[in-house]
Amino acid sequence: MKLAALFSGGKDSAFATYLAREHAHEISCLIAIFSKNPESYMFHTPSISKVKKQAESANIPLIIQKTKGEKELELKDLAAAIKKAKDKHGINGIVTGTVESAYQVSRIQKICYSLDLYCFNPLWQKDQFELLKDLIENNFEIVITGVYAFPLDETWLGRAIDKTFLDDTIKLHDKYKINPAGEGGEFETFVLNCPLFTKALEISDKKIYGKQNSWTMEIEVT
Amino acid sequence: MILLIKICKIPFHYFEFVKPIENVLKKLNIEFITIHYNDLNPEMFSKADKVIISGTSLKDNSFLDDVDKFEWIKEFEKPILGICGGMHILGLIYDGKLKEVQEIGLSKIYFNEEFFGFNGKTEVYELHNLCVESSEFDVIAISEECTQAIKHKDRLLYGVLFHPEVRNKKLIESFAKC
Repeated sequence: MKLAALFSGGKDSAFATYLAREHAHEISCLIAIFSKNPESYMFHTPSISKVKKQAESANIPLIIQKTKGEKELELKDLAAAIKKAKDKHGINGIVTGTVESAYQVSRIQKICYSLDLYCFNPLWQKDQFELLKDLIENNFEIVITGVYAFPLDETWLGRAIDKTFLDDTIKLHDKYKINPAGEGGEFETFVLNCPLFTKALEISDKKIYGKQNSWTMEIEVT
Repeated sequence: MILLIKICKIPFHYFEFVKPIENVLKKLNIEFITIHYNDLNPEMFSKADKVIISGTSLKDNSFLDDVDKFEWIKEFEKPILGICGGMHILGLIYDGKLKEVQEIGLSKIYFNEEFFGFNGKTEVYELHNLCVESSEFDVIAISEECTQAIKHKDRLLYGVLFHPEVRNKKLIESFAKC
């Protein structure tokens, strides 16, 4: 089946896209939504412009859709992007990396149904520790680009998701109920390399800003 | 052992509609076997203490052409829980009729009696285009749109239209342990 992947550049959408390919589906294009609203209900925003570099490395066409990110109105922009993928690439369905958000998944389901497309959410309800382990086992190289919850601070920026990270987040989960996969918005991530890519991306520049328990690392990649 | 029957035509839907049910059973350390309805055999039924029939995606209605493959339900004397598409099958086996009703996302439903740990107003996750009505079943829960939970009048057959594996995992736990 020909699928378009809703792709934010982070670990969940990349892993869902990888799973789709592993199950013999063709990834015809990636769809990235550039939201001007950092508080968007639907879309992750940090480092999203770097998705262009990821798409190049994966040799997959990229559809970019800009949105003001206003609640519900941004859904029209998403629907327009998905329709464009259908018209241009003849896709039969969409794959997303949604894990827990009923808000996100139900709106994407409605758009897909209205466009007569299948909607695949292979990480839906996935155990958060299992997800991190799967990413590590499948050689995903992921960097933390944002932290937004107590007691996380700027020392977490730039960390790789590896066995040490997993152990540390298990401790945080036990003590502070921090979601280990960052599904509650605790972490933002960026995929530097994964089995979809033909070459690894490298961080060429970074800018760190924030305060207390809300920190962002803007990166440039080559 | 619980026999978990999947009805998805496209294998990739397993992750969304079957694996979350498996995860609930794994956490309880309950033994289960997952199998597609086309691959069932008599030995599985003899070993099974209970059956769960999963749901599938909005566009996947292929199981509705195969309802005759579920005639075994009439002979199986142990408890069966049908989820969404699984509930459609239970109703259709007992001369039920399908109605077009779409509900997607979180919604409030009302249980009129205790049902596997739930009673009264409850938030659930919905993903369906159809609902089923059969006079052989009592209606246990309703939404503003349609019937949400049913129980057979004489047999241990239970159906839910919503997806308990999303926001109401306790329902599956209670069924598995009953």
